[in-house]
Amino acid sequence: MATVPHSLNDKSVTRSFKEKTGKMLGVNPQDAKFTKTYMFVAFAALLLGGILGLLQGLNRAGFMELSPQHYYQVLTAHGLLLVVVFSGFFCIGYFYAAMSHTLGGLLPKVRKMAWTGFALKIAGFVLAVIPILMNQASVMYTFYPPMAASPVYYIGLALIVVGIWLCCFGAFIQVANWRKQNPGKHVPILSFFATGVFVLLFFGSVPVAIEVLVLVLPWSLGWVDTINVMLSRTLFWAFGHTYVNIWYMTAVSAWYVVIPKLIGGRRWNDTLTRVVVIALVIMNITGGFHHQIIDPGIEEPIKFMHVFMSLAIGFPSLMTAYAMFAVFERTSRRQGGKGLLGWYKKMPWGDVRFLAPMIAMIGFIPAGAGGIAQSTNQLDQVVHNSLWITGHFHLTLGISVALTFFGISYWLIPHVSKRVLTRKMNRFGVVQTILWTVGMIFMSGAMHTVGLFGSPRRTAFTTYFDNATALSWNPYMTLIGLGAILLVIAAVMQVYAAFNLMFFAPKGEEEFPIAEAEVGDVTGYWTERWGLWVALLIIVVAMAYVIPLTDMIVNAPPGSPPFKTW
Amino acid sequence: MHRSEKVWLTLSFGMIMLFMLATGYQSYALEMGPPSNMETIDPQKVDQTAPFDNPGVKQIGDNEYEVVMTLQVFSFNPGKLEFPAGSTVHFTLTSKDVVHGFQVANTNINAMVMPGHIQKITQKFDKPGEYLVLCNEYCGAGHQMMATTITVK
Ligand code: HEM
Ligand SMILES: [Cu+2]
Ligand SMILES: [Cu+2]
Repeated sequence: MATVPHSLNDKSVTRSFKEKTGKMLGVNPQDAKFTKTYMFVAFAALLLGGILGLLQGLNRAGFMELSPQHYYQVLTAHGLLLVVVFSGFFCIGYFYAAMSHTLGGLLPKVRKMAWTGFALKIAGFVLAVIPILMNQASVMYTFYPPMAASPVYYIGLALIVVGIWLCCFGAFIQVANWRKQNPGKHVPILSFFATGVFVLLFFGSVPVAIEVLVLVLPWSLGWVDTINVMLSRTLFWAFGHTYVNIWYMTAVSAWYVVIPKLIGGRRWNDTLTRVVVIALVIMNITGGFHHQIIDPGIEEPIKFMHVFMSLAIGFPSLMTAYAMFAVFERTSRRQGGKGLLGWYKKMPWGDVRFLAPMIAMIGFIPAGAGGIAQSTNQLDQVVHNSLWITGHFHLTLGISVALTFFGISYWLIPHVSKRVLTRKMNRFGVVQTILWTVGMIFMSGAMHTVGLFGSPRRTAFTTYFDNATALSWNPYMTLIGLGAILLVIAAVMQVYAAFNLMFFAPKGEEEFPIAEAEVGDVTGYWTERWGLWVALLIIVVAMAYVIPLTDMIVNAPPGSPPFKTW
Repeated sequence: MHRSEKVWLTLSFGMIMLFMLATGYQSYALEMGPPSNMETIDPQKVDQTAPFDNPGVKQIGDNEYEVVMTLQVFSFNPGKLEFPAGSTVHFTLTSKDVVHGFQVANTNINAMVMPGHIQKITQKFDKPGEYLVLCNEYCGAGHQMMATTITVK
């Protein structure tokens, strides 16, 4: 293992030099435009998706009539807008800004690739939405065969994947180029996170590309008669699970790198931070099987192995939990705070850039615990496909990921728009953060509870012919509706803030907050061996998937023809 | 690494292993593994293939029943089942069209039912009452109506 020790001195020299050049050049206007466009799309999607979410919440609460067909159309669009557009565009816009900022601007070639990716994704999204609007694709974003949407829907999804790949390759070229020009140096931490995220994004989307291009598209076009249902579903989740964790990693990057700066501290141990990234990259894809714990056609020993593979992902998250509280404690002690818990008095709670991701982190404690619980076979059997699951991912995505993204937007959007976050807008943001949190607590809490009683997800308003059990769920459904109302108010406020900070806020410079490493924190250069990490990722994926996939192909039943059941 | 971090990570690792052991114990010693039947069937010939050519309830022992059931948009066949309290019921399930879910509220019954695959799950019904059976995988425009009941007397 080659380690490159560098003396403190020359580290601080390069640092101040970098800071100066950063100040001199400011944000590269072309890179800023790229990120701004991504943010614009992301928050437009949040607005639309939030309004659709409100319709769902009101319908399930029985406040508003919506025909079942419309409910499922709306739900398909809500899923797609929020998980594919909002989270997906935010993540790429943020990491491209981070690469531009920490690697000295994007290469023209990279910028071109990323814009091409943007165009493909938008085109793909439009193609996917048209059949949804025409009631030809109410198959949800999971599109489990043998429900078959219009082929146009799948072509749209395929274009989105190709667009994402272009952004991945752009990032690889950018980082590789920086490494060539800075031999022996560590990739700056946010770009290290970006590398991990784009590696996962690429490898994680290979299975879904295979699913769509090889299995689903030819079948929906009528070129083949039947499809292997289990194989499609398994390939989907190898992707779907990874995708979710990519946003989680994006949020985590801000927890490790941005939050310490906002509280006036320094980062957690650099090597361990990088180890967390590497661990998440290597172990993530195989988690997909926990979405199939009660499926037929997968043997129990395989399911048991996968419980381990899923729980293993909990380990880096538990490292993160420790790291965060250690940073808080250390920072507050330096500022005169006392005791193990005295840190909370020293935190800038009134700063939305801190408050939002902080609540996101706190929310991850119950969210992560719930995740660990439902990864085990028997507990999953209790909650699978119930509203518990919907509650779970509104906690993980709606709190841990979305609130972190919101917090980032309050500095990133003014940073790339050459505007500032005013005190007034900050206060507005604090109120918005609190409203969103309260709304999510209501909605997600009620979903978790009623899910335990057996109320299913993805189901339009129903009392199941006035069944007593189903009627007893109604009070919780009302809470879901109330939560949805609070949430949509907060969503509209957030979108207003994003657009205001982009186009109307006072001009100025807003900082890109990146905390420094601790003095004397020396990182092992072995953390930069991406070839090895990718090789390990492939080995782990092979261990997890070769046996069950072979079984699903070799012992497959006759396939299924397409059905349109809506 | 600080001592406290080592302790934390050891505890974390221990907790994960504990979850593993509990899952393994329940799956293998208590035979409470998740429904994972491996048999397959031609999904386009369900009606002609035994045992689904003759869906229904069969008593197979004292207080023991076998239910052969097909799921299709948007119903369970047979529906409206009745058993005496204390019955153990073995369900054998498959789908005639898209993916469905088989869930009975207030029990541990929850299984995915896929076309092409035969799923099996067993439950002992001790408490009398009316149990709600519902499909918990979105399966089309009538998904919210796909339900029936099991009455235990
Ligand atoms: C205004 C805020 C929001 C409201 C009111 C809302 C409401 C809802 C409701 C009621 C459902 C459940 C529908 C059902 O299973 O029958 C749902 C599903 C879902 N929501 Fe949200 N949500 C909001 C924000 C978000 C955010 C920020 C995300 C992710 C970033 C998100 C992702 C999802 C996903 C992935 C589903 C599942 C779709 C499916 O089952 O195919 N939601 N939402
Ligand atoms: Cu997952
Ligand atoms: Cu169904």
